[in-house]
Amino acid sequence: MSSTVSSGSVTPSPAARPAKPGGGGPRRGRRRPRRGRNPLGLLLSAPYLLFVLLVFAYPLVFAFYMAFHDYFFAAPGAVVDRPFVGLANFQQVLTDPAVIRSFGNVGIFLLINVPLTVVLSLVLATALNKIVRARTFLRVSFYVPYVTASVAVVVVWLFLFNSNGLVNQILGPLAPDPTWLINPLLAMPTIAIFVTWKQMGFFILLYLAALQNVSDELYEAAATDGAGKIRMFFSITVPGVRPATVLVLLLATVTGANLFTEPYLLTGGGGPNGASSSPVLIMYQRGIEQGEPGIAAAIGVILVIGVLILAFIQRKLAGGDES
Amino acid sequence: MSNAQNPAVTAGLAHADPDQAKKVRAGSGRSRAGQVNGMSRGQNILRYVVLFIGAVLFLFPFYYMVIGSLQTTPDPTIAGAFPNPANITGQNYVDINSRINLLQGLVNSGIFAGGVILCTVVFGVLVGYALAQLEWRGRGVTFGLMLLVQVIPFQLLMIPLYVMIARDYGLADTYAGMILPFAINSTAVLVFRQYFLQVPKALFDAARIDGAGELKILWSIALPLVRPALLTVVLLTFIGPWNEFLWPFLITKETSLQPLAVSLANYLTNIAGTAANPIGAVLAGACVLAAPMVILFIIFQRHFVSSDIGSGVKG
Repeated sequence: MSSTVSSGSVTPSPAARPAKPGGGGPRRGRRRPRRGRNPLGLLLSAPYLLFVLLVFAYPLVFAFYMAFHDYFFAAPGAVVDRPFVGLANFQQVLTDPAVIRSFGNVGIFLLINVPLTVVLSLVLATALNKIVRARTFLRVSFYVPYVTASVAVVVVWLFLFNSNGLVNQILGPLAPDPTWLINPLLAMPTIAIFVTWKQMGFFILLYLAALQNVSDELYEAAATDGAGKIRMFFSITVPGVRPATVLVLLLATVTGANLFTEPYLLTGGGGPNGASSSPVLIMYQRGIEQGEPGIAAAIGVILVIGVLILAFIQRKLAGGDES
Repeated sequence: MSNAQNPAVTAGLAHADPDQAKKVRAGSGRSRAGQVNGMSRGQNILRYVVLFIGAVLFLFPFYYMVIGSLQTTPDPTIAGAFPNPANITGQNYVDINSRINLLQGLVNSGIFAGGVILCTVVFGVLVGYALAQLEWRGRGVTFGLMLLVQVIPFQLLMIPLYVMIARDYGLADTYAGMILPFAINSTAVLVFRQYFLQVPKALFDAARIDGAGELKILWSIALPLVRPALLTVVLLTFIGPWNEFLWPFLITKETSLQPLAVSLANYLTNIAGTAANPIGAVLAGACVLAAPMVILFIIFQRHFVSSDIGSGVKG
């Protein structure tokens, strides 16, 4: 709001050159340019801060409030009593086999998706980094799934992994029965592979950026010492991109915890029989379809705590602070 | 540029390294010859083979999407992966368009993404500049918040945001309700901040000495200098809302307001069975949804430079 005012005051002189004297506003900081505080900064940031308050801070507090209360939907403006229920929502969530199952599913998902993502994206980024020919074509082809809507590519995967789809046609007698997405054992791994494929481009991009920071001199020195390429990869590249790896681990975990679109569409809402449900899917079903937002909020809180613990462990294991 | 190190690497390979030879053998028989040139060429070929196999795996589903959307009857056999003139039709596009209004869906997606981009660019530039070039009380806190916001998962906020926006503010089935949670992309703000940091301070100091106000400096000096960042930020920001499914799916029940991703997904889950060639029709819809993003990306792909995003992510 305030920024509309401030940007409005700029427009009258868009082409004004800064060299023109007399354009200076009240600048108290000029006397002490080092420590000079510029209150304008707060004004310029106000819309963003308001946004963070409204869309992140308040809902965050609200989420915890809901999780500890018997919250239900009421007509807007109606004053209703929503009693404090302590840990009852959490108790109900943690004893619900469907919820436990969905968390287990995310575990399966992460076990497949995270290692595959880290290894494949680092290998592909390393390979991409050194090539000269067809660089643009290759880069673009790896990024395209990432920039495309999940909904669009999900449709193709449904077609590909149908019981008589192309994948099974190629596999012939090796095709699993029941087929991929309706097989309780294969539904979640198929989703994990789908997401790995879909997100890989972004992680390749991250690794490519990190590889630019690995000094060429290290490779030259290693070459002088007689190290082979594989040895260089493990002794120079892998440690060199460690900050990126920490980030990739974190982002891949968060993506996994956020899983919704894929089980909702690929397996028709977490089927077969909950074998591919995800916590966010259950949150949607309980919170919005069945009108129990307190339960959904409790699942959300547990999920976030889980992600934080995983992130902490990964950070310890992968080590190294970000630059 | 990274090519400069190749001679050194090649020289390194001349030394016999049994460990390496073992691992390379699987992929390229040539490398066993042990000759400097042969070895590096073998490895180079191996690298291209790996990359091209990867590229085919990444591109094939898109090719298959187009092929499938043009088939009169779905042909999942291996032969069906190749275009067959006898089995080509545009009917699927007509079919899907009669079930869901593709143009309206595209317009809705465009308004959603456009609103997010507009807010992100306008407010993101302001806060990015303030964070990079101004000193004010609360700057550190704001920057910390910005990093914190990136790790708060959306799924935790989903239910409270739904209650707030759909029920308390009555913004269900409005564009504003769709845009609000995504209005200012924090990653974009980080990219702006990074760009403003790279502008030499001396430039601003000179302007200040000449008496220019901060807003004038922002508008006349800083903004023109970060123009390349603008395109990157717009592209980056565009991906999110254009592809977003969960939030608009929650907030819009009114079909005439749904972004294309939502209406296509609803079609897929509810009424796909009613079309003559349901798979073909859904694939046609998928092509329409994917095309704008893919085309934009290919046109502007050189602006998706790794360092831009890396700098944004690293803060």
